[in-house]
Amino acid sequence: MSFVFLITDVLLFLLIAILLVYGIYALRHEHLFRPWKQVVSKPFSMCAVVVLSFYFLIAILDSVHFHPTIESSSGEDVQHSARITSVLDLVLGSIIAGTEKTYSAPFSIYAFTKETLVNEDGYMVRDYPRLRHAGSHLPEPASRLDDILNRSVVGVGKGIIGWIFFCAIIIFMMSRIQKLAIRGIVKKIIRGQSSVSWRTFFLSLGIICVLVGMGLQLCPHYHVLGTDQVGNDILYQALKSARTGLIIGTLTTLVMLPFAVIFGVSAGYFGGWVDDSIQYMYTTLSSIPSVLLIAASALMLDVYLANNSETFVSVTARADLRLLCLCLILGVTTWTGLCRYLRAETLKLRESAYIDASRAFGAVPWTTIWKHVVPNVMHIVTISMVLDFSGLVLAEAALSYLNIGVDPSMESWGNMINGARLELAREPIVWWSLFAAFIFMFILVLAANIFADAVRDAFDPRLRELN
Amino acid sequence: MSDYLLRRLLYAFPILLGVNIITFFLFFVVNSPDDMARIHLGNKYVTTDAIEKWKGDRGYDRPLFYNSEKYGRDKLLDTIFYAKTVKLFVFDFGQSDSGRDIGYDISQRMWPSLMITLPILILGLFLTISLALAVAFFRATYLDTFAVIMCVCMMSISGLFYIIGGQYLFSKLLKIVPISGFDDGFLAIKFLILPIVVGVVGGLGNGTRWYRTIFLEEVNQDYVRTARSKGLSEKVVFYVHVLRNGMIPILTGVVALLPSLFLGSLITEAFFGIPGLGSYTIEAIQSQDFSVVRAMVFLGSALYILGLVLTDIAYTFVDPRISLR
Repeated sequence: MSFVFLITDVLLFLLIAILLVYGIYALRHEHLFRPWKQVVSKPFSMCAVVVLSFYFLIAILDSVHFHPTIESSSGEDVQHSARITSVLDLVLGSIIAGTEKTYSAPFSIYAFTKETLVNEDGYMVRDYPRLRHAGSHLPEPASRLDDILNRSVVGVGKGIIGWIFFCAIIIFMMSRIQKLAIRGIVKKIIRGQSSVSWRTFFLSLGIICVLVGMGLQLCPHYHVLGTDQVGNDILYQALKSARTGLIIGTLTTLVMLPFAVIFGVSAGYFGGWVDDSIQYMYTTLSSIPSVLLIAASALMLDVYLANNSETFVSVTARADLRLLCLCLILGVTTWTGLCRYLRAETLKLRESAYIDASRAFGAVPWTTIWKHVVPNVMHIVTISMVLDFSGLVLAEAALSYLNIGVDPSMESWGNMINGARLELAREPIVWWSLFAAFIFMFILVLAANIFADAVRDAFDPRLRELN
Repeated sequence: MSDYLLRRLLYAFPILLGVNIITFFLFFVVNSPDDMARIHLGNKYVTTDAIEKWKGDRGYDRPLFYNSEKYGRDKLLDTIFYAKTVKLFVFDFGQSDSGRDIGYDISQRMWPSLMITLPILILGLFLTISLALAVAFFRATYLDTFAVIMCVCMMSISGLFYIIGGQYLFSKLLKIVPISGFDDGFLAIKFLILPIVVGVVGGLGNGTRWYRTIFLEEVNQDYVRTARSKGLSEKVVFYVHVLRNGMIPILTGVVALLPSLFLGSLITEAFFGIPGLGSYTIEAIQSQDFSVVRAMVFLGSALYILGLVLTDIAYTFVDPRISLR
């Protein structure tokens, strides 16, 4: 294995590092820690946190890229394939059933289209052929339902065992940290008396464990969500798309954050010509309808990529650059809103007594800004970061549909919808591709919306208009 | 007030100039006209003559800012910046890269867009306000909680699925309306119903939740308590006092959107095959017609700024405390 670091990978890990540092910092500061505790004290938002963490886990696994080693017969020198895969590919590759010829319905063991087959008597008949991988372990097609049921039950059982295992570890750690007896902790959790909604946490974890357990049992032998036109497993694509969605939702905010904070705060703090020019800049940018600006930029990016195609080593690297550019473009269209709020908040803060005190002590403007203004507007940054997330995930799907989103070679929910919507005209219809994209997107965006509401209520309930 | 408006309109000028500089930078500096010609003529096997001819036909063969070969004011006027960008200010959009008159196309195609967006706005506003008022009336009950949960769920569904679902349900299963297409005059109605219904339903979740917060803020105001304490029924309090005052932020927000209605919606028009400005933009993106995209960006920003000015005027009408000077 030789690891490859794509630009978005590096940025994603940078984001995680920032979040970790922030987390450790917040743990030691009561005023930062309390709102987060309030967020996880409500059952709904706790559930959302667990779901979001699960999506992030998938995205992180999918962000560790490498060139796989080729097994060579000579044995001496290690060769690397030119293909770039990720840890998630490696994990799913061993779990999910292989590629079929074309469409197949969820849990089906027959292909979707008829082919000419030779039956036992040697006659040529038009019939649906058996799939190459799904259900190939079944001697009798009729035993399919029993087999699915058996495997599901076993999967649920395994999921529950895994869940109990996780619960035991977490509860044990809690008892060590809080220095309480395990018995007391369990009683508190079951009765829902803890200040953090641990009961919901364990329940959500349980549902995820059961689903994963069932997946582990069923996926090697069936296409749980069917296959697409070229026979690829839909579940695999939907899981891979999680990374694209999350990268767009988080990196867009990350890349625009420095600009929004620096410009917004300095416009509010300094006033005068600085304020005028920054206001002019963001009014100009925000007056362009965002979808048109994105379209124009994407068009120009296409021209640039087409004319400089030789500079990219691989399709993956090119798709990755395009994803990053999409984040940048989306960032340009979204930072103006945050900038405006930060300016307004700084204008208010500038009049407060502690800023006056800082000035009176002779602090240079940037020290005052860094020490006294920025920490007091950070809650706006946090709120707008989580509020923007769901909108960006949805925007990705819409833009990919218009061919101005991510690269067509990259797995994304938008590309899945785009590829599948014409198939609704088929008879019988191919619904599973859309269904998978719908479910995965819906759960992520719903969790993000609930989480964002909780964060806003915890940090600043008056900031309704930031919606 | 006329002074104020004049100042606002004058202030719009530098903003539009800024927009034009951004688009100019995007379209002519990031990629040279040569790059665009190569894309249009096929990437690899292009002769220099073909590129020169393509540029000449479309007027891209001039220098960007300063033409040193010309005399007098032509030094500045016979450039790409003047011909392609400054002329947008008088809404002279020129010709598209495929040779059609953009101004004429826009004037033709904005009406189908308007036929979709205007009914969506009016119907959607009526429905969301009624729903939000009802939800606010039953505040802090299970009905309220249920409604909010429904709204959040509806917000979490991508707009694409509303369209796909609507097309599948009404056109394919029930066969009430055609899937997509457009017709002239009154025959267009059967093509318009579905996009309008989908548009209204798609905006329901977000709108209801947003307006509910606005109404709830009004309910806690002092004047509502006064109205109750003088013996008005809860119904009168809601439909007269809360509704009227809640309408101020709602209506002024809507006024800002009015001019942009002409632009239509890219996604809706693409799905339903409606020949409006949204699909015009998409066609331009797909055929890489840079002139059209540039013209649409300019038009979009101009309409947005118009919307801001209209919002200010609307405020003075609905809220007498505000006066523009």
